[in-house]
Amino acid sequence: MRLSVDGRPVEARAGDTVAAALLAAGVLDCRDSAVGGVPRAPYCLMGVCFDCLVRIDGVDNCQGCLVPVREGMRVERQRGARTVG
Amino acid sequence: MNETVDLAVIGAGPAGLAAATVAAGLGLATVVLDEQPAPGGQIYRAIGDTPLRERAILGADYWRGEELVAAFHASGARHLPGTTVWSLDAAREIGISRDGAARFIQAGAAIVATGALERPFPIPGWTLPGVMTAGAAQILLKASGLVPERPVVLAGCGPLLYLLAAQYRRAGTRIAALLDTAPAANWHRAWRHLPEFALASPYLRKGLALIGELRGVPRRRGVEALRAEGDGRLARVSFRAGGVRHSIDTDLLLLHHGVIPQVNLSFAAGCAHDWDAAQLCWRPRIDEWGASSLDGIYVAGDGAGILGAEAAAERGRLAAFDAARRLGRIDAGRRNVLAAPARHALERASRGRRFLDALYRPPDWARLPEGDTVICRCEEATAAQVLEAVAIGCPGPNQLKAFLRCGMGPCQGRQCGPTVQALIARARGLPEASVGYYRLRPPVKPITLAELAALPKTPEAARAVVRG
Repeated sequence: MRLSVDGRPVEARAGDTVAAALLAAGVLDCRDSAVGGVPRAPYCLMGVCFDCLVRIDGVDNCQGCLVPVREGMRVERQRGARTVG
Repeated sequence: MNETVDLAVIGAGPAGLAAATVAAGLGLATVVLDEQPAPGGQIYRAIGDTPLRERAILGADYWRGEELVAAFHASGARHLPGTTVWSLDAAREIGISRDGAARFIQAGAAIVATGALERPFPIPGWTLPGVMTAGAAQILLKASGLVPERPVVLAGCGPLLYLLAAQYRRAGTRIAALLDTAPAANWHRAWRHLPEFALASPYLRKGLALIGELRGVPRRRGVEALRAEGDGRLARVSFRAGGVRHSIDTDLLLLHHGVIPQVNLSFAAGCAHDWDAAQLCWRPRIDEWGASSLDGIYVAGDGAGILGAEAAAERGRLAAFDAARRLGRIDAGRRNVLAAPARHALERASRGRRFLDALYRPPDWARLPEGDTVICRCEEATAAQVLEAVAIGCPGPNQLKAFLRCGMGPCQGRQCGPTVQALIARARGLPEASVGYYRLRPPVKPITLAELAALPKTPEAARAVVRG
């Protein structure tokens, strides 16, 4: 299964979550934090910590650990806080 | 009109699966709402489709979940995976979000089976990429067959940490060090519970076997002052042991200090909670059937206090039997007869727990961080900032929201609440329970305004907010 991460193609195993696919592909950090702008990576992988937030197919703030990968999915790294609109 | 069901079960771990299986078997229209894509919860995560071919890696306790899941699938209970529950109220109206759309379900009874989460382990550098929880690493192993490429450092204490170390050994993963933080003083607290544990706990044999498997793993005991260090990502772990500072180069540190109940939903619903001084956590006040202080709302499994997966399934069954009585499906006499095996099994599975609670109690240094250690991962507040807020009059966790926004980020206090409570209580010289906890409100997980706006509403409700 193939996704894109910030425009780069990444191979993923069907059945993996986005967060697991990123880690498996060696993409360690998935966002820069909203307050301090420092890199963060998935921490709990069970939907609790919200550190794996990524933009998926244009939707901000998706919990990467809860979303299964789909063919052609576009994943983008989030930098800092989101803006409204 | 909201969809109505007899019983809504929230969570598809052992408690939820067992509860739904019993309830559906008694003829209740039962729906299971679960955030994950497949049933099993975290303990039996990916049991139906784990890519791990070698069954011995995860061990027999994991595979026990197959039976539970198979019974659930055969039960006739409806399963809504990928569903976030963001609200539950005293009238058992449940707000859910699925595939980007929110709606309500009205339940005659509700069983909250939301399980546990790992206790926060706030050390300097714990927000660095390369630091994860042991539970997270185990999820990667179960669900994706992933293991660390390079030698990994495990730190903390508690059964899950040792289990993960053993599973890594079976998978051929190299462990650079197991840094055991259990203070020697824990034995003083634990020893009086040892006879009960040694004579009756089902975990004695398993625990000894596990410890045996860890022979050969470099292990440090009495570890203190743990730090994760690196610039933008983890490069090394440093700690003190035996009065000497040590440092290990690694790119992966896995932390664990036991698990605590996930109480956000039961708190937000308005259930009464009590402080558990042995397990250092809040837990909902329940009766012998798991009934909470709110009529028709039950809490089952580790979400009602940590007893482990086997006990969780039995607690789920007990709650389901009483829910069936409450809904008029069976009378109290029949309930008691049907529930007898589950009650007996629960009693057996719970024996000796006090020994484990005492032995693996997290050390104070790990619950009471200092200085610029981040305590709130969402709002990036530090321990020093919490103490400054207390110094100018902040009395408790709920008030701290107004000072530092702790508890108001996306995780809704799940990662900072216990630390904030402990820090404030210590600074004020008060018992931990007395400073209280965050006042938790729905939505207990973030949903978009668009979803809220699109919720079905009555003409009266729409008129009430329309101008003109």
